[in-house]
Order: sequence, then C-alpha cells, then structure tokens
Amino acid sequence: MEIIMSILAGVLFTTGVYNLLQKQLLRIVIGTALISHGAHLFILTMSKLKRGAPPILDYDIKDYADPLPQALILTSIVISFGVTSLLLVLAYRASKENGTDNMEKLRGNEND
Amino acid sequence: MLFAVFLPVLLALFIPLLSKWKDKIHTGFFVMLAPLAIFIYFVSFIGTDFEPVTQSYNWIPSLDISFDFYLDGLSLLFVLLISGIGTLVALYSAYYLHGSERLHEFYVYLLLFMTAMFGVVLSDNVFVLYSFWELTSISSFLLIGYWNFKERSRYGALKSMLITVFGGLSMLGGLILLTVETNTTSIQEMIAQADVILSSNYFGLIFTLIIIGAFTKSAQFPFHIWLPDAMEAPTPVSAYLHSATMVKAGIFLVARFTPIFSGSEWFFIIVSGIGILTLCWASYVAVRQTDLKGILAFSTISQLGMIMAMLGFGTKAAIYAAVFHILNHATFKGSLFMVAGIVDHETGSRDIRKLGGLATLMPISATLAFFGTFSMAGVPLPFLNGFYSKEKFFDASLHIDVANANLWISEVLAQAIPYLAVFGSIFTFVYSMYLVFGTFTGEKKLDQLPVKPHEAPIGMLISPIVLVLGVVIIGLFPNLFNNSFLAHTAEAIYGEPVVTDIHFWHGLIPAFYMSVVVVVVGAILAIIRKSWSGIYSFIPGKLSFNKVYDYLLDQSEKTSRKITNSYMNGSLRRYMILILSAIMVCTFTVIFLTNGFAWDTSDLAPITLHEVLIALAMAIAAISTIFTKNKIAAILILGVVGYGLALLFVLYRAPDLALTQLVVETITVALFLLCFYHLPNLRERTELTSQKLTNAVISIGFGLLMTVVAISSHSTKLFDTISGYFLETSHDIGGGDNVVNVILVDMRGIDTLFEIVVLGIAALGIYGLIKLRDKKGAE
Repeated sequence: MEIIMSILAGVLFTTGVYNLLQKQLLRIVIGTALISHGAHLFILTMSKLKRGAPPILDYDIKDYADPLPQALILTSIVISFGVTSLLLVLAYRASKENGTDNMEKLRGNEND
Repeated sequence: MLFAVFLPVLLALFIPLLSKWKDKIHTGFFVMLAPLAIFIYFVSFIGTDFEPVTQSYNWIPSLDISFDFYLDGLSLLFVLLISGIGTLVALYSAYYLHGSERLHEFYVYLLLFMTAMFGVVLSDNVFVLYSFWELTSISSFLLIGYWNFKERSRYGALKSMLITVFGGLSMLGGLILLTVETNTTSIQEMIAQADVILSSNYFGLIFTLIIIGAFTKSAQFPFHIWLPDAMEAPTPVSAYLHSATMVKAGIFLVARFTPIFSGSEWFFIIVSGIGILTLCWASYVAVRQTDLKGILAFSTISQLGMIMAMLGFGTKAAIYAAVFHILNHATFKGSLFMVAGIVDHETGSRDIRKLGGLATLMPISATLAFFGTFSMAGVPLPFLNGFYSKEKFFDASLHIDVANANLWISEVLAQAIPYLAVFGSIFTFVYSMYLVFGTFTGEKKLDQLPVKPHEAPIGMLISPIVLVLGVVIIGLFPNLFNNSFLAHTAEAIYGEPVVTDIHFWHGLIPAFYMSVVVVVVGAILAIIRKSWSGIYSFIPGKLSFNKVYDYLLDQSEKTSRKITNSYMNGSLRRYMILILSAIMVCTFTVIFLTNGFAWDTSDLAPITLHEVLIALAMAIAAISTIFTKNKIAAILILGVVGYGLALLFVLYRAPDLALTQLVVETITVALFLLCFYHLPNLRERTELTSQKLTNAVISIGFGLLMTVVAISSHSTKLFDTISGYFLETSHDIGGGDNVVNVILVDMRGIDTLFEIVVLGIAALGIYGLIKLRDKKGAE
C-alpha cells in the first residue's frame, strides 16, 4: 500500500508542479494546494501505514499508529492553510490592482 | 617610527578645524609642518655607520600581524623622498590651490596618502605592507578625482583605481603564498629563507603575482595606461604621487624583494625586459603628446622603466645606478611637474601647441625648466644629475652578467638591452627638448592663451627652486651622499656593501660613445621632429592600450549584463524551471552515484480495494485540474483531492488529521470560491507546444523524483521510530490519552505556538491586503 501511496504523492506533486508552471495566478494557487496535499500524504506514508490503532491510549491495545508524523502533519495543515489563504487574497488584490492575472504580464523587468 | 608614520593622519583629523582659517592662513602651511618634522627626524639617521633599525608594535598577534617597522637604507631613501618632496608639495600647493577650493578635503587626502606611503616603505610585515599599499591606491583615487565635477577626472580616478587595485590584489595573493611557504610574515625573515622560496613549487606563481602588483603600481608596460589619465589631478598631486612617490612604490617592492627573487633567471628576463620595453615605448609615445603633463606622465613611465630595468640587471653597478636614479628622478621630475603647473596656472593652458616664447615672460620658471629637462635628457653637463645616472645606466647595460644563464632568452635580451637603452634615451632626449623649447622659446602666441602670462609668485617658485638646487648639487658633487646614504640603500637591495665613486669623466668608454650618439641623434630628431611625426598615425595608431582597456571594461559590462539578462528575465515560470531542474539534477545524481534507490516489499501494509479507489479518484481529480477551464470546476476538483486525503487520514488511523483536513478543506474551498468569484475565468492556455512539453517534463520528473525518494526511504529504515516514548509517557507525564494532542501542546508545544503565530500573521496580512489602500498620490 505504501508504494501506491508514494505513487499517489508523486502524482499530486506532478500535477501541482504543472499548475505552478502556468501563467494564471489561479492555477498557481491550485498548484501550491496540490503540492501541500502531496507533502502531507508523503509524510504520512513514511510512517508505515495501518500498523495498529489510532494513537488514542486504551488499556487493551498494544499497537498504535505512529503519532509523531500525525502531529507534524497537523501543524503543516494549519500552516499551509494560513499561507494558502494569504496567497489567495494576495492573488485577488494583485489581479484587481494590476488588471491582469497573467504572470507573464506581471514581470518587473524594465527591459521587457 | 610609529609616530612618524601616523603623524600625517593625526594631523588630518584636525584639518577641518584648521581650514576654518583658510582665508587668513592657507591650510597648506600647517600641513607642511608634518612632513617637514618627519624629514628632519629621518635625516638624523643618515651617516656612514648607519645600521638598520627595527621597531615592533602589536596589532593582531594571533595572526602574526604587527606593525614591524624596519628602517634600512632602502626605506630611508624612500622616507626621505616622501617627506622631503611632501614638504615641498604642501608648500607649493599652498600657492597653487586657491582658498576657494575644498582645501580640507585635499589636505586630508594628501596626508592620508603620506601615511600610506610611509607605511609601505617602512613595513616589514607583508600584511601591514599590503594594507598601506591599498591605502595609497585609495588616497590616490581620491586625489585624482579631486575635481570630481570633471568627467575626465572621474574617468582617470576610476582607471587608476581599477588597475592598481587589480595589481594590489594579485600582490596580496603572492604575499599570502610567500607566508605559507616560509611560515613567517616578516620580509626580512623571508629574505633569510630565500632558497626555500626559490625551490618552492609555487615560486613561479609567487613571482608573477608580486611582480604584477609592482608593475601596475609603477605603471610598467602594459599597465602604464592609468598614469597619463591620472594627470587630471591637481598638479601638486601629479608632482607628488605620479612622479616621486606612489609610482615608485612598485620600484620599492621590486627592490625589496630583489634579494629573494634575483636568484631566479626569470627575474632578469621579466624585470629588465619589461622595464626596457616600458622605457622605449613610453619615451617613444611621449613625443606625440601635446599636453605638458601628458609628456611628463609618459616621461615618468619611461624613467620608471629604466629604473626597473636596472634593478633587473642585478649587478652591483646597476643597482647602485638604479638607486641613484631614483633620487635624481624625484628631484628633476618633481620640479618639472611644478613648472608645468606654474605654466598652466599663469597662462591657463597646458597645450604645448598654444604655448611658446614664454622664456622672456617667465624667466625663473624657464630657467628651472631648462635645468630639469636637460637633466632628464641626460645632457652631458657636470651640474646635471640626470647625466650621471644615464651614464651609469649605459655602463650597466653593457655589463649584464648572463654567464650563469640557462635560457637563450636571457642572452638575447642581454645583447639587445644596450641598443634598446640607446633607442629609449634618444626619444627621451627628443621629448625633453620638445618640452622645454616648445614651451619657452619660439614665437609667442599670446592671443591663444586665456590668461596673459607673467612670472609666478615667489612662493610657488620656492619648491621647484629647491628641487633644482638638488639637481645641481647632486650634479656638482655626485659623491656627496654616496657613502653616508646611497651606499646603504644599494646594500639593502644587493645584500653586500656597495661602494662606487661617480665621476663626470670616465674616459672614452663605450658608455661615453652611447651618450654621444644619444645627444647627436636626439638633437637631429628633435630639430626635424615635424617631418617624421607622421609615423605616430601608424604606430601605435589604433593599437592604443587605452582602447584595449576601454574595450575590456565595456565588454565586461556588456557580457555580465547579457549573462544576467539571459536568466533573470522576470518570468516566474523560468525561475521555477531553474529551481526544480537544479533539485532534480542534484537528487538524481546523488541517487545514481550512491546507488540510493532501494526496493523492499517485505514490510508493506496490505492493499485494499477502497483505498485504491480513493487514491484513483484523487489522482484523476488532480490530473483534471490541469485540463479544466471552468474556475468553479477547478475549485471543486481541488476539493475532491482534499476530501480524498481526509478519507485516507481516516483509513490510516489519524482521526485528528481527518477532522482538521475536513474543516480546513471546507474553509479553503469556501475561500477559493469567494476570491475566485472576482478573478477572471480560467483561460484557454495559449502557450506553445514546446512550453507545454517543458512543463510536462519538469513536472513529471519532479513527481517521479518524489516517488523514487518515497519508495527508497521507505525501503531503508535505518532505525526505529521514537514514537514509543510518546506512547509510553503520554498518559503519565502528559496527562492525556490522545497522543497526537499531547505531542502538539505538551511535548512539542513550541511548534504549536509558532503555528498559531503563523495563522495570526496570515490573518493580519489578509486584513491589511483588503483594508489598506494606498491612495495614489495622496499620503
């Protein structure tokens, strides 16, 4: 199962990067969201899947899933949520102010 | 000695105070006192029984860097030149520079330069030497660009800075190598280990680097081009820096390291070869110049080449002649610059084509100029010191010792040098005569001059008079300073006592005939100068080294701009491609080189159908984000991926994660919908097929990379997880049964703290983005 999940993470990264390489702001934000999903899945996969119960202590159970990656992912979800929302609003403002959401037109190079 | 070195800088601190009274007393008169005091102090060292003096002051003992001052004959000659001519230049500038100039700046730079020069010639520690060396470059830069409102001044200052700092840095490289090889930072201790250096593997590199430093500073071929442009400086600066002191720093350096380097045959080839080439080239080009200071600049270059060549000969007589000529050149060249400054000051022009017949109007200046130029040309008169050194030079050029030479080039060079010496001296004679007769005799062209010429004030004439007196005194009594002074200098370079008597009449030796040839041919060429000066349009013609410099500077700017523009084109996509490609290249290379890919299926979770279905759904959703053109659809598809992930969290025993993911995904989708309602719809992609292909290659490569890394790292578990600790202690120490939550708030609470901070900052940022508007123009 870990192999399949690794491949799925790879697919998420692929599509995320592909979106990131687009010109439109909207696609770039979608790309970052996909990449963060991929990263979360990646971390979880690295901790061996389905080895025991959820990490909530109980007298009867000996084996639990690894709690540490879950804590890390939880932190990461919240942070990527914060960043994504900021990015969204930034995209919104940038396209309002500049009148375009085309990244190629938002360049700052005076020679172009 | 420490005090002597730093006295000028100390005085410089008070210059702004002193220059407040510049309307009453010119600042130059105060400044003059510092070098005068130093001059008197160092004159007291002169004597037949002179012995080197060492003084040491700690600076950075842990790096073996200290102010080790070492005063031997060589340093003594230079400190006397620097302080003596420094006094005269300060006096001269007091009359030359008007009170309305920015005098405080001028004198601060000048005093800074003095300290730097004293430091260069007195330091025994190579790194202290280098520090002072660069300080001379900086202060010289400031002085050349003193009239910074003139474009030529800025150009000249920049040029001299670039060239001398290039040489300085290369010299630093050589000095560091020397230190590494000999394990000492003291020059005297390095001289004691000369054989170690000569047999070192790095000798060639050390020699080249240090020689480049010396050649750039002393304006040797082909680094001479900065000196003529440095003539944009005020004339006192030209007289001081660019004739007597700074340009001799390179000579000093070569002389200082002669005991080490002269053991190598290349020392003769490079130093003498380049020196004689400089002599010939610069004296040849000097004739072409029309600016008085331009002639003097090229004449300085050629004389420096002559001194350099004599140092390279390495015989006793040659080194003595070199030392003698250093002194002589400083006297007559200093006075000539001052006279040129007077002419400029009193007529308003330095263009020799506009000048003429000034001898009757400016008799004293003319007399001084006659003495100076005749001495420079080496006219055989018993009261001109230039003649003696030229005679010595010819004599030395005929007695080059190449008996131990292994390289054919040494012998060829030794054969050629006397002819080249005569050639260079002929042109020296020609430009000297051109300079003095063109300026002071012939018809008067008063209508072409901005100012009606008249004799300079006496104060301005004092300094050149003193220098010309020096010319005459050395000329009349050439042995006056011999035993007590110059012999020590030569000894410091040569390593053994050098005693030579100088006579006006040597008998009919070859050097005499060479002098005769120079005078006769020189005189003829000077008289018929106009008829052959057309040669200059062919050689150098367009092959000027200035053009090379300009071209290099221009090209380096253009090329770097081209390189930067080639990758910094402002396109985020381009940067992303570069970053991702770099990541991929590095990671794949490492995986390939270390056989990092591992495949281990022994410890995998069982595959179940519903998980595969969810994974499939997520993959399809993720891929379809690329192809959708509807923004709402794109957002919903993204939601599918997020909710799929939440489901996976459920299946993989992560209830907290699933909960958070569900909530966050919901809010994110809502936010997306909110924002993108206002954004334009997704457009048909307009990119080219090649761009699409690049994007696909990059993204698939990156996804593959992550998959490979994931599989490899899953297959190589080097040690067990530490989560056992969290599971065991969560209840007892953390006081909770939900281990994930205990980790978040208890065991790794700091993470959570800053994660809250991140959310807070994001919230504030969003608030700011929405609320704050910079009204264009207002506030």
